Amino acid sequence: MSTEGLTVPTEAAGAISAGTGSARREVLHNLVRSKTFIVGGLIVAWWTLCAIAGYHIAPYTPFEQDLNSVNSAPSSTHWFGTDQIGRDVFSRVLAGARSVMVVSLAATVLGTVLGTILGLVTGYLRGWVDESLGRLIDAFLALPVVVTAVLVVAALGPSDITLVICIGLIFAPIIARTVRTAVIQERELDYITAARLRDERGTYIMYAELLPNVLPPILVEFTVRLGYAIFTVASLSFLGLGIQLPTPDWGLDISQNISVVSAGYWWEVLFAAAAIASLVIAINLVADAIAKAMDD
Amino acid sequence: MSTAEPHPDALIVDHLDIAYTVRGRVRPAVRDVSFRITRGEAFGLVGESGCGKSTIALALVGYLPRNGAITGGSVVVDGIDARSLEGEELRKHRARRVSMVYQDASRALNPSMRVGRQVAEVFEVAGCDRKEALERAEQALKRVRISDPGGVMRRYPHQLSGGMQQRVVIAMALAVEPALLILDEPTTGLDATVEAEVLDLVAALREEISTALLFISHNLGVIARMCDDVGVLYAGELVEEGSAREVFDDPRHPYTVGLLRCIPRRGRLKDHGVLDTIPGFLPPPGAAIEGCIFAERCGLAQDRCRTDPPPMYDLGGRRGSRCHFHEQAPDLPRATPPDPVVRPAGVADELLLRASSVSKTFRFGGVDVHALTGVDVEIRPGETLGLVGESGSGKTTLARVLLGIVKPDAGSDVELDGRPLAGETKARSRDQVRAVQIVFQNPDSALNRRHSVRRLVGRSLSKLAGLRGGEREARLLELTRSVKLADRYLDLRPSQLSGGLKQRVAIARAFAGRPQLVVCDEPTSALDVSVQAAILNLLAELQTKERVSYLFISHDLGVIRYLSDRICVLYLGRVMELGPAEAVFSPPHHPYTEALLSAVPTVDGASPERIRLDGEIPSAADPPSGCVFHTRCPRKVGEICETTEPPLAEAEPGHAIRCHIPLAELRELQGAPTPAAAQQD
Repeated sequence: MSTEGLTVPTEAAGAISAGTGSARREVLHNLVRSKTFIVGGLIVAWWTLCAIAGYHIAPYTPFEQDLNSVNSAPSSTHWFGTDQIGRDVFSRVLAGARSVMVVSLAATVLGTVLGTILGLVTGYLRGWVDESLGRLIDAFLALPVVVTAVLVVAALGPSDITLVICIGLIFAPIIARTVRTAVIQERELDYITAARLRDERGTYIMYAELLPNVLPPILVEFTVRLGYAIFTVASLSFLGLGIQLPTPDWGLDISQNISVVSAGYWWEVLFAAAAIASLVIAINLVADAIAKAMDD
Repeated sequence: MSTAEPHPDALIVDHLDIAYTVRGRVRPAVRDVSFRITRGEAFGLVGESGCGKSTIALALVGYLPRNGAITGGSVVVDGIDARSLEGEELRKHRARRVSMVYQDASRALNPSMRVGRQVAEVFEVAGCDRKEALERAEQALKRVRISDPGGVMRRYPHQLSGGMQQRVVIAMALAVEPALLILDEPTTGLDATVEAEVLDLVAALREEISTALLFISHNLGVIARMCDDVGVLYAGELVEEGSAREVFDDPRHPYTVGLLRCIPRRGRLKDHGVLDTIPGFLPPPGAAIEGCIFAERCGLAQDRCRTDPPPMYDLGGRRGSRCHFHEQAPDLPRATPPDPVVRPAGVADELLLRASSVSKTFRFGGVDVHALTGVDVEIRPGETLGLVGESGSGKTTLARVLLGIVKPDAGSDVELDGRPLAGETKARSRDQVRAVQIVFQNPDSALNRRHSVRRLVGRSLSKLAGLRGGEREARLLELTRSVKLADRYLDLRPSQLSGGLKQRVAIARAFAGRPQLVVCDEPTSALDVSVQAAILNLLAELQTKERVSYLFISHDLGVIRYLSDRICVLYLGRVMELGPAEAVFSPPHHPYTEALLSAVPTVDGASPERIRLDGEIPSAADPPSGCVFHTRCPRKVGEICETTEPPLAEAEPGHAIRCHIPLAELRELQGAPTPAAAQQD
């Protein structure tokens, strides 16, 4: 095709749709204006800061035992009081963010990556692959998360790695379901046909054509799952099957000190519990805001 | 239901202004629009997308979205100021005085409710008891010429065809005999034959009732067929008004003149020269315009037009034009020089593609559906083969077989350049993959919205043309410039481009590997008329330069006629007629072709005697015996049509018709001038 002259008229076909900007900017714009997102985001940011630098910004080291002030109530020296063996509860809450967040994040990332691959393959290929993997996914979906995790961790012995793999594997089918549904809608569009007419490989179509278009639901699913993961990790730690001593951890600290609540030492449990609740709620707020921003 | 003395004017729109508030900024969408419709009259509003047609319709029934508001002027429906109504009053107003029929009937009906209940509900709202409402519902369905109202009432909307659904919606809209009936693109998306039936119905109902019609459409032909008066909207302003006949025959506003020149009509062919276009583009919403809104794109514009907004000049006899130079409007200079499209030098006996006895049977739940039955077509290099037929006729299946998306049945034989073309893309040689490409109908679906233009076209260049690095970049620029896409668009994504630009990207992608055959599947039907003209010109230009062949599918017969060298008419997966475009379009032709041609409403009016097809295309799972068309054929001769399938017989050299009626008789029936004139091709 030869081109005579380089002046390219932009005639009747029209121009950039005025003033709307790209879809991504639109979503960001919606997010920044959402109060839910701001509140949730600030809380998540705070706990992320604690997870990174909690050990440094805490007033005491979280392991330091002050045997002269055991079970002391919140005061100006110990803002959240001290526990049974004289450790500063405030410092342990700050430092406790790390273990739970690292394990939950790793598990959710693992689950999302596996689930996305599964969802892309089953949704794009359909046919017998979808049928057989689909049944397997259905079977996995029937397993209750915490009960399964308890069994697996009890069998394999508790460690961070076991925890990550176990929660990741349980989440993968759930995410696969969401991704598959999105892929099935997307694959009917003509750009997939166009790719097939170029004789593209299936892997290219899944990775380069489909994946970018199903990212929004994956992002929402990831955020929602992260909230569940934190809850699950904290529950397992509480049961003694998650994070192990002496690492400061919210679930673990609650289970260590729950026995003395009846003696009136509420602060040893309340602040850790509040930390878990605030983080889980905040993540869900963020997830809601993202889902809404993408819908609008 | 209005008991009071009917007001002579069903609708008076007076200096109406409507604005939308977008992110705190007020953007006018409709400015200073005035028109009136008396009872029993039909008024048409035409305009391209974004001109404010639907905004006006929504304002009339008080359904503007929350960020939209009437900012000036008045709307009086049946003597009542619609702006003053609120709450219960507004609800009653919508229930009794004004009804609306939307484009997509399947979405206007409740899918979980039987049709009978749904129609009866309208009467219950109007105060009938349950039993009476059901009886009246049946009458209402009879009125819209539904032959088996009882049966239809027991069905759910999804069990009805598109045309039938639209009849039900019209029955509901007319149930209360409103003063004003608004039809917003009521036939867009329907087949031409079904469209003709719905339009006939509306025209017949107009005779029976005194309701005023406001007909909104982008299709000038539909408006010309249906309306007494017409208003042409451009960028939210009424630029021209008058009787439909006068406006379309003798337009007095440069925009109307330009619009009419964009349409391939009156048998216009590419040999007659490229289509004229309207340069430039619609002003962005909310743009501050001092003078005439059309001045930027107008070939007649002078300094005065850019500073002094023209009033609606009264041209007498209800005609008006918002143009300072309305007397000169018919002499609007062409935006595109009328150079004839140079035909690529084709060798007559050379063949690019030969498809013989192509059949395709789909299996749905144990039932065989014959989408294609023994289709033979040939395409020569540099030629356009137009593919015509209602939906369900097999057009898309045939295209998909040639593309290698659908594998034809055993026994089908497709050859490209003398070598067999496999039924699946994967089994084709790289050269064959490159040679057959497609331009889809909807560029939004056809372009990956996450990829930039550079990536969209670039990927095809690497895959199909095998280019890399600098070589690829150079070819990318050459290619995008040849489809007249400015370099600054290369890094944008599809959502940032207009419909016409998106379609240019899709065309560039199809041409990346220097194809020999490009399937154009309704490439302009999602576009506005003025954009369509530019795309058709581009396709014709590329064909000349590249000597590519097109398989062109369109429901718009004007477009098909303009671009095609030969035409293939499909019905229920069979070729009914195949021949040179001119021969197919002029009698004698197959009765089905005749009916298709007769169904199309044209701007030119004076259409020949109408031939209507009854009902819908039969199911391909159980095709009629004998000639598959006999169940709907207006020229059925007798038993032979039901028992014996006619052969596809050569009527003239290169022109074949599948019909039992002898050619001489067809010629006489269809009023062909003389045998000699019919053979002019």
